Amino acid sequence: MIFADAFGWLLDPANWSGGKSIPVRIGIHLLYCFGAVLGAALIAVPLGLFVGHTGRGGLVLVGGSNALRALPTLGLVTFLYLVVGGSTVSVLISLVVLAVPPILAGTYAGVQDVDRGVVDAARGMGMTGAQRLWQVEVPNAMPLLVGGLRNAMLQVVATASVAAFVGVETLGRPLLDGIRVLDYPQFVGGAILIALLAVVLDAVLAVVGRLVVPAGVRLSARTGKARPGSAASRRREVPTPVESGGSTA
Amino acid sequence: MGDIPKYLSDAGTRAALLEKLLDHVYLSLVPLVVSIVLAIVLGLLCHRFRPVNAVLVSLSNVVYTIPSLALFALIPAMIGTRVLDPVNVIIALTLYTTALLVRPVAEALAAVPSHITASATAMGFRPWRRFLAVELPLAVPVLAAGVRVGSVSNISLVSVGALIGTGGLGTLFTDGFQQRYLAPIIVGIVLTLVLALVVDLVLVLLRNRLTPWVRAGGKP
Amino acid sequence: MIEFRDVTKRFDDGTTAVNGLDLVVEAGTITVFVGPSGCGKTTSLRMVNRMIDPTSGTVLVDGRDVLGVDPPTLRRGIGYVIQQAGLFPHRTVLDNVATVPLLTGWTRRKARQRAAELLELVGLPAELGRRYPVQLSGGQQQRVGVARALAADPPVLLMDEPFSAVDPVVREGLQDELLRLQAELDKTIVFVTHDIDEAIRIGEKVAVMRTGGFLAQYAPPAELLTRPADDFVASFVGKDRGYRRLSFVDSSGVEVAEVPTIAEGAPVESSSDWRLVVDADKRPQGWVAPDSSSVPGGSLYEVGASIRGALDAALSSPSGLGVAVDAEGRLAGVVTARQVLDVIESRRG
Repeated sequence: MIFADAFGWLLDPANWSGGKSIPVRIGIHLLYCFGAVLGAALIAVPLGLFVGHTGRGGLVLVGGSNALRALPTLGLVTFLYLVVGGSTVSVLISLVVLAVPPILAGTYAGVQDVDRGVVDAARGMGMTGAQRLWQVEVPNAMPLLVGGLRNAMLQVVATASVAAFVGVETLGRPLLDGIRVLDYPQFVGGAILIALLAVVLDAVLAVVGRLVVPAGVRLSARTGKARPGSAASRRREVPTPVESGGSTA
Repeated sequence: MGDIPKYLSDAGTRAALLEKLLDHVYLSLVPLVVSIVLAIVLGLLCHRFRPVNAVLVSLSNVVYTIPSLALFALIPAMIGTRVLDPVNVIIALTLYTTALLVRPVAEALAAVPSHITASATAMGFRPWRRFLAVELPLAVPVLAAGVRVGSVSNISLVSVGALIGTGGLGTLFTDGFQQRYLAPIIVGIVLTLVLALVVDLVLVLLRNRLTPWVRAGGKP
Repeated sequence: MIEFRDVTKRFDDGTTAVNGLDLVVEAGTITVFVGPSGCGKTTSLRMVNRMIDPTSGTVLVDGRDVLGVDPPTLRRGIGYVIQQAGLFPHRTVLDNVATVPLLTGWTRRKARQRAAELLELVGLPAELGRRYPVQLSGGQQQRVGVARALAADPPVLLMDEPFSAVDPVVREGLQDELLRLQAELDKTIVFVTHDIDEAIRIGEKVAVMRTGGFLAQYAPPAELLTRPADDFVASFVGKDRGYRRLSFVDSSGVEVAEVPTIAEGAPVESSSDWRLVVDADKRPQGWVAPDSSSVPGGSLYEVGASIRGALDAALSSPSGLGVAVDAEGRLAGVVTARQVLDVIESRRG
C-alpha cells in the first residue's frame, strides 16, 4: 500500500521536470560521487602503488585506513560544514576522505598480493623497477584495485545521500524532505531511488571492472589453481565485504 | 574548540551524553549478536546445500550495496513498523552484519580439512555435536575477523539513524548542525571512535580466549 | 665461465649465508649447487645476476666483475629459471617467452617469432603459445620457464630449484629434457637443488654445501660417491652411495651369454631351463619357467650402458639372468649377477 503510494510519487510527472526533479538530483548525486572517487583515486592509487611496490609504510597505512573506517559519516559531514563552511566543499571533502581508505587498501593489497615468484622472475629477467611496476605489478593488481574503487563508490553513493542533510541537492533530499513534512510516499520513494541507484551503479562498475582486468589474471582468479600466482587463487572478482572492510554510510 | 570544556561542564549535558552513548551501544551491538547467530545458521545451510549458497551470496551483495539511509526508510514500509521506531535501525544493521558474515562463515566451514571432520566422525561424534565441537571452533578466527569489521561498521552507521529520529550519538551531529555548535559534533565523533576502539579490543580479547591454539602456533 | 673469489654474504640479521666461497664454474658445463636448506646455495646463485650483492669478495662472469655492470643489463644477458616458473599470469605463454627480447628492444613480431621457435625447442606444441600460464600443467609451466630463460640466447643459465615443485615422474622427464637441450646448446648452467639424486643425475660437477655457507666438496658426481671429502658429504650423498656410484661405471666389460628363446605364441615344451620369450623383432617379452608357466620379465639394460643397470637387470630377473638388449631393444644376451660383480671387483684395482 505504502509502496503503491511511493511508486505513485516516483512516477508523478511533476517530479520529473524542473530544477529539483529526480533526473537533476540523480545527475548531481553522480557528479559528487564520480568527482569524489576520481579525487580520492588521484591521491590513493599513487600512494598505494608506492607503498605496495617499495613495501615501505604498509603498517602505518593499514592502521590509518582502519581508524578512518570508524569515523561516523554524518559527524564528518556536519563537522566539515561548520569548520569549512559551504555545503559543496565540505561534502566533497568528506566524500574524498571516505573514498581514500578503500582505494588505498585495494591498491596496496593488489600489489602486495602479486606472487613473490613472479616479481622475482621479473627482476631476474632484467626489468627495471618501473618496468616491474607497470608491466607486472599493476596488471596483476587490477582485480583488487578495481574492487577497492567499487567499494569506494559504494560508500560515496551512500554518503552523498546522507550529505543532503547539510543542503546539497542529492538524492537524499526527497527522503529527508519526506520525513520532515511526514510525506511518506516521498520518503519511501526517495529510499527506493537511492537503493536502485546504488545497485545499478555497482553492477555497471562490476562490468567495467571485468573489462580492465587482463584475461590471464581473470582466468587465474576463476579457476582458482594454486599456480602460477598462488595468491591469485585466493582472489575473487567481487571482494566480499570482509576483505574490503567497507561500511555503508 | 575551546568551548568543549564548557559544553561538558554541564551535568545535564553529561547525563544526556551517557544516555546517548548507552543508546548507541544498544543499537549497534544487539544487531551484532543477533547476526552472529543468524550467520552461523545460514553459513551452515550454505555449507551443506550449494544452491542456498548461491542465493544467499547474491542476496548479501545486494543488501550490502543498499545505502543505510535508504534501508532505514524501506524497512517500515516493508514490515509495517512505525517510521520512528528504533527497531528499524536494529533490523537494518542486522541485515548488513548478517550479509557481511554469511559468506566468510560458509567458507570457513568449508575450509575445515576433511581429515579432521572424518576423524571426529570416526570417534563417534554425531553431526550436531561435531559441528559445535569441531567445525565451529575452527571457524572462529574467520568469524572474529568479520565480527570486528561488522562492529566498527555498525557503530559508525547508527549515527545515520539520527536523520530518521533514532541515532544514539548521531543526534549530537544533527543537533550541533542545527544550532551551528561545533562542540557536540566533536564530542560525538570522539565518543564514536572511542566506542569503536573499545569494542574492537574486547572482541580481540574474546577471540584470543576462544582460540588459544592459534597463538600456540597451531593451524587456525 | 663464472668465478667466485673469496665471496662472503652476511645478511642484516647477522646470519652468514655464504662463507669465503672460492669456486670456478667451467664454461659449457652443468654445475650443480646442492646442500641442505641454509647452506647458501641459492644465495650463491643469486649473486651471479646481482639479485643479491656479496658482502665481500668478487663474482666474475667471463672475467668481468658483475658489480661493474648495471643489474638490469646484466640480468638480460643471463637466463633465470625459478621454482614454480614465476610465469606472468597476465601474459600469454608466447608473450611470457618473448619478455627478454622485448626488453632488449626487439620488435614484437621478431620477439614472438623467436618465442615460437623456443616453445618448439622445449617440446611444447605451438598452439600452447596462445594460452595463459594458469591453463598449463606444472610440467608445461616449467618448460615455458626454461624457454623464457633461453629466449635471448644467453650464454649463462641460472636455475634455482626449477623442478622441485613437480611430481617425480614429470621431474625425471624435465631432467632428461634439460640434458638433451644442453647437448644441443652448450650453455654454462648453474643449477641449485636440495636433491642429491637430481644433482648426481644432471651435474657434470657438483658443489656440496654445508649449513653456514661452507663449500664441503666440489667434484664430479662419481668422485663424490667414491671419495667423499668428509663425513658430512658421505652422509649427505646417502647410505647406498656404493651402489649408486655404479651408475658411473660402464658395462662394456660384462660378457653376455646366449639364452634359449621361445617365439611369442609358439607352443611351450617342458624343459629344465628358463626360456626367454621374444617377439618377431627379437624383443624380450617375459620368461617361461621350467614348469612351463609364464612369468613377467625384470628390468632390461642396454649393452655398454651403466653397470648399475646390468646388476639391476640380473637381480630383478625371475630367472636370475639379466637380459641385455641392443640400441633397438633387440635381445643381445644374458648376464648373471655373479658375472657383473666379478667385473666390478676386477675394476677396483
